[in-house]
Amino acid sequence: MTTTRAAWLFLTPALIVLGMFFLLPVLAALLLSLTDYDLYALADIRNLRFIGLENYWTLLHRPLFWSALGHTVYFVVVGVPLSLAASLGAAMLLNSPLARFKPFFRTALFAPVVTTVVAVAVIWRYLFNTKYGLVNAALDSIGIAPIDWLGDPHWSMPTIILFAVWKNFGYNMIIFMAGLQAIPADLYEAARIDGASALRQFQHITLPMLKPTMVMVSILTVSGYFQLFAEPYVMTEGGPLQSTTSVLYLMYEEGFKWWNLGSASAVAFLLFIIMFAVTAVMLRLSRRGDEA
Amino acid sequence: MNPRMAKAIINGLLTAAAVIALLPLIWMVSVSFMTQGEASSLPAPLLPHHATWANYRELFANAGMGRYLINSLVVSTAITAISLAFNLMAGYAFAKLEFRGRERLFQGLLGALVIPAQVAMLPLFLLLKYLGLVNTYGAVIVPAMATIFGIFLVRQYARGIPDDLMEAARIDGAGEMRIFVTIVMPLLKPIMVTLAIFTFLAAWNDFMWPLIALTGQEHYTLPIALASLSREHVQDSELMMAGSVVTILPVLVLFLALQRYYLEGLLLGSVKG
Repeated sequence: MTTTRAAWLFLTPALIVLGMFFLLPVLAALLLSLTDYDLYALADIRNLRFIGLENYWTLLHRPLFWSALGHTVYFVVVGVPLSLAASLGAAMLLNSPLARFKPFFRTALFAPVVTTVVAVAVIWRYLFNTKYGLVNAALDSIGIAPIDWLGDPHWSMPTIILFAVWKNFGYNMIIFMAGLQAIPADLYEAARIDGASALRQFQHITLPMLKPTMVMVSILTVSGYFQLFAEPYVMTEGGPLQSTTSVLYLMYEEGFKWWNLGSASAVAFLLFIIMFAVTAVMLRLSRRGDEA
Repeated sequence: MNPRMAKAIINGLLTAAAVIALLPLIWMVSVSFMTQGEASSLPAPLLPHHATWANYRELFANAGMGRYLINSLVVSTAITAISLAFNLMAGYAFAKLEFRGRERLFQGLLGALVIPAQVAMLPLFLLLKYLGLVNTYGAVIVPAMATIFGIFLVRQYARGIPDDLMEAARIDGAGEMRIFVTIVMPLLKPIMVTLAIFTFLAAWNDFMWPLIALTGQEHYTLPIALASLSREHVQDSELMMAGSVVTILPVLVLFLALQRYYLEGLLLGSVKG
């Protein structure tokens, strides 16, 4: 059949690109993670040795890997709920019939999403500067002592989380708005007639009806947040005291600063396995909730 | 609660949220026009005392900003044009052309979406090094010439095209390529705009891969150049803010001009297939 031939002709360019520059490298990464590929192997491939799972074994015994994983999990566990709450709150405000200038507000709240991470991270670095930053100036005016946002290991990650929430909440806000608009208005009407308060309407109508959207958005946001890299790279260079070194930051340093490509591939695969496990559990839990 | 109160609260909260969202961007523009050192005086000024273009002049004359701007334009435009063509053809094939194993192949591609791109980066670097592409525009363009997300988006949209249109053309003896160009492509125009702006923005803002693949300054894109400048010029907030403006402004303007398409694509891409 000619459509079959045409179909393959149409598919070929995309499949070659994806096969050669994505799927092949992924498989190669698995192999690479089982070797001691380093600067010496980069110079002369004969120095390459197959070492089985040794890279994984070494990593699991390295405190830096565990602390990087800990920082990444901190970022995900605190950052995702905050981001989703901000997104949902903004979506509900925008969706309210009482809200005015909706197109303006929607665009304004969405604007940070389309900006370049690196550029806005640079802005935040100055806004959160201990001495000259506007944030501390504002806090000072209400009598709060200056905080060393990016220089204090206790504050560095919270500051990056705040930044991520500011940068990303607009994206899920748009998805939540579509979800909210799909809820039939007569459900709220009936609840109002029964005298249900706004809070109870939110609990018993909005949240249950938004559940499919919520599950999807949570899973996508969790996988996105596990890939934390540019923010610490620009704002803190992984510091202070490595308090913002994420798993990907570790992979980048291991691979492209020290050229331990074998060990860096093992880091990448461990991150992939962890992300996969976490999102699979989330999906499973949400399905179990449906059956109950 | 009475409606007037509710209205005041809702609009008050929206205004506060908009201020938080926009203030850092407005502050960036304001500081970019300050004279050197002005932003680091106390109390921190909100507006420039004497607005000046000096920072922009410095960036373009001495920091190579013009070069980086051109690099970003070249790379993002090439990625957008090529990947648009490849994704469009593949997405249409998955939606409208029958062949054995079509569903399985498509499901396989969707399954691959769970693999984070960073897993591929280390071998990809070695592959491109072997091909002699590291530290060329090609290193950033080539791996981005097709995306699973783009194929998915086009397929979702193209499924809505009625089969009769293509059938009629086939009966008239038109070839598949001609059908694609003269009948299908005009119908796919909205999704083409959506995908183009998505791709351009993603390419423009991309950081980690260009950081790895572009090892020499002459090929830096704006985000890489900005990150590197900000490590050198930690104290020069005015200069860095001007650099941020140059980096952000093009994509922000593009988004404002085409936001309807962008937001539609965002929703289309987030609906399960």
